[in-house]
Amino acid sequence: MLVAGVPAGAQDMRLNMTRGATELSRQVFDLHMTIFYICVAIALVVFGLMFWSIVRHRKARGAVPAQFHGSLKVEILWTAIPVLILVAMAVPATRTLIAMEDTSASELTVLVTGSQWKWHYKYLDYPIEFYSVLATPRAQIANAADKTPDYLRAVDKPLVLPSGKKVRFLLTADDVIHSWWVPDFAIKKDAVPGFINETWARIDKPGLYYGKCAELCGRDHGFMPVAVEVKTPADFEAWAAQQVAAAEQAKAEAESAGPMSMDEQMALGRQVYERACVACHQAGGEGLPGVFPALKGSAIATGEPAAHLHIVLFGKTGTAMQAFGKQLGVKELAAVITYERNAWGNAKGDQVQPADIAAAIAKGE
Amino acid sequence: MSTQVTGTLDAHGAAGRPRDHDHKPRGLARWLFSTNHKDIGTLYLLFSLAMLFTGGSLAMVIRAELFQPGLQFVDPHFFNQMTTVHGLVMVFGAVMPAFVGLANWMIPLMIGAPDMALPRINNWSFWILPCAFAILLSTLFMEGGAPAAGWTFYAPLSTKYSGDSTAFFVLAVHLMGVSSIMGAINVIVTIWNMRAPGMGWMKLPLFVWTWLITAFLLIAVMPVLAGVVTMVLTDKYFGTSFFDAAGGGDPVMFQHIFWFFGHPEVYIMILPAFGIVSTIIPTFARKPLFGYESMVIATASIAFLSFIVWGHHMFTTGMPVVAELFFMYATMLIAVPTGVKVFNWVATMWRGSMTFEVPMMFSLAFIVLFTIGGFSGLMLAIIPADFQYQDTYFVVAHFHYVLVTGAVFGIIAAVYYWIPKWTGVMYDERLAQVHFWCSLVSVNMLFFPMHFVGLAGMPRRIPDYALQFADLNAFMSIGGFLFGLSQLLFLWGVVRCMRGIGDKATDRVWEGAQGLEWEVPSPAPYHTFDTPPVVK
Repeated sequence: MLVAGVPAGAQDMRLNMTRGATELSRQVFDLHMTIFYICVAIALVVFGLMFWSIVRHRKARGAVPAQFHGSLKVEILWTAIPVLILVAMAVPATRTLIAMEDTSASELTVLVTGSQWKWHYKYLDYPIEFYSVLATPRAQIANAADKTPDYLRAVDKPLVLPSGKKVRFLLTADDVIHSWWVPDFAIKKDAVPGFINETWARIDKPGLYYGKCAELCGRDHGFMPVAVEVKTPADFEAWAAQQVAAAEQAKAEAESAGPMSMDEQMALGRQVYERACVACHQAGGEGLPGVFPALKGSAIATGEPAAHLHIVLFGKTGTAMQAFGKQLGVKELAAVITYERNAWGNAKGDQVQPADIAAAIAKGE
Repeated sequence: MSTQVTGTLDAHGAAGRPRDHDHKPRGLARWLFSTNHKDIGTLYLLFSLAMLFTGGSLAMVIRAELFQPGLQFVDPHFFNQMTTVHGLVMVFGAVMPAFVGLANWMIPLMIGAPDMALPRINNWSFWILPCAFAILLSTLFMEGGAPAAGWTFYAPLSTKYSGDSTAFFVLAVHLMGVSSIMGAINVIVTIWNMRAPGMGWMKLPLFVWTWLITAFLLIAVMPVLAGVVTMVLTDKYFGTSFFDAAGGGDPVMFQHIFWFFGHPEVYIMILPAFGIVSTIIPTFARKPLFGYESMVIATASIAFLSFIVWGHHMFTTGMPVVAELFFMYATMLIAVPTGVKVFNWVATMWRGSMTFEVPMMFSLAFIVLFTIGGFSGLMLAIIPADFQYQDTYFVVAHFHYVLVTGAVFGIIAAVYYWIPKWTGVMYDERLAQVHFWCSLVSVNMLFFPMHFVGLAGMPRRIPDYALQFADLNAFMSIGGFLFGLSQLLFLWGVVRCMRGIGDKATDRVWEGAQGLEWEVPSPAPYHTFDTPPVVK
């Protein structure tokens, strides 16, 4: 499910901060411009005097140096005036900051969890949660295909929010520190593993808003976009109902999933691998020596299926290997494990079926 | 300096002793075992130059990769190694050693001392550095590569999720810290004890003052850096949980400790440059420095404030509002003493009689471009706006304006200013002017558009970007390559002087030069001020 439609002007070369889509983002923009103009005014005066001096007081024009070297009055003056300017800047900055940090009386709460290199959204008021991953095909990144206008911005499933409501975001992370940034909401807040941060937004109108992970979080930090689709409250409710129904249906399908054929598994497995595994283990399963282990010819991928299942489902503590049991469906898991056991010359010939996955999950770690 | 400082040489002419009386070992042993402040100063400066080109080469890889959207040349993991090692090499290998080299050469000459107070420690603190950087750079050739968590190496990316280069990195940083601390102790002891008779505190050249304050900052914060890298080491290899919430630790505590070191560190990299500019401007304006006492007070105030503003690097980590406000106000306050400095420099030029030799050109560029970096710094202090600026190219623009057109331009100005005294020949003024103008244009092509892409939403430390940023990135990369090439002109100019090619320098070198270093012959003899001069 690609995010269709690109906001008008997305390709325009913007040179300034966005005014954004919330009352607070506009306040932030105004604050930014005010301080910028104050800086420009000070620069004009100081650099103006300096260049005047450079032009007029040069030896080539026969300037004779004065010998004054201090004046307490002047020193006091140019200490006091900046202090007053700073106080004038601090007042609106303080007011805006306090408003930004007031997360009370929210109408909807979303738990945002960063992990290497995807976002997970969980609606605390609805039984809805999902991962949101970069949708740009690897071929575009490798310059093997033309880049689409939403290059490195599109995700498979955007966060969906209602317009006009105060939405509270709780932020945390599974592994390293990430930072959830949507410029249009003037929100940038770190997602810290083991801690929860809060922030909020009331978005004016429906639309598609793009953002980025802003804290270096490892190899694919640059490939971890945020996309937020804002709908009217009515459309949002309809979307939420549809999501809940779709989730139930998917669950039922997974429980009754029959055996899959080898061809079916290799095709689906390859798709899943390129979405979920390729960033670390690389396209040919060769990994990055010394950083991410190879799957090609590895002891786990060519050994007993049980160990392979275990590491994919539950991850490996203390490493970047995540627990994919909660991220992928049983068919996807079965397919990707089978794919890893039979791709790149691993050729084990065996298959892992959805029923095996369901059993392993039921058994637990 | 508000006070006239002149040296009265001893009747035996200690400072003017002919060169053939200089006793120094020959060949490699001279450099390996040297305890001479001039030799060690030269070593530091040459090491710094080598690191400038090393770190610059890494930056060229970064700019080449960012020339176009899409992955062109390097893997993202290698890209992260480039940004990390570029930062570490430039901060600890290029800028800091350059200032220590200048301190070694100039402080004894400026205060009328025969050498640094602790010459053997001086030798050791230099020779540790090449070892430290050999260890750090060797990781580039290891399996898994160099550290890749950024020069700020935030946990847990640098602990649980890092490669085994972490151990090498920690050892290298420890060595750099040992070197810095010993260098700082040496500077303090020298200035405290070895000033010539009559050289009172308020007669100290401003470069000496700024270095004295810098040295105290170094002693205060390098042990903090040592602490934090040790915690990284034990978290990674010995099962501690300083920065791991699962064991009762806190990843954000890493940032508090790191930036308690890191913010004073950025002033360590700029205060000596303030001293250099405060020396050069009066020389070429032929007028005493305006507000000497207020310059000293402003430097000390900036140093004090540097200890209470570290939180402004962490506004998005989720601090309590009260803490955020405290750090915002404290940070804004820094603009006051910094402004005083800029105003004093302009007032020094005012009604002077200026000429524009290349040290002056770099100093003037320093004032304008460092001030631009100061303005963006003030903007970054405003927390609501900082939420938009944090971790974008706006920040990259900010710190490159203060560090490249600030610290590095200051160092280059100092080299051109004093190299006639070091080598005895004038640098090639025409070549140096070409170097200046090429650097000035290209450095702004490189860094100025970073403000715009940052404001438009481009995060830092990414190897690839959305298409809207493509045009400006191509432009910045061209600026980057030109800036890199321009520095070859600098290298050429320095090599010419070192080989003695050029006009013979006079002892005073500059018409308006003031201070004891100009009382000794050019080139400065191997031993100077064996008998202290008397400062009136």
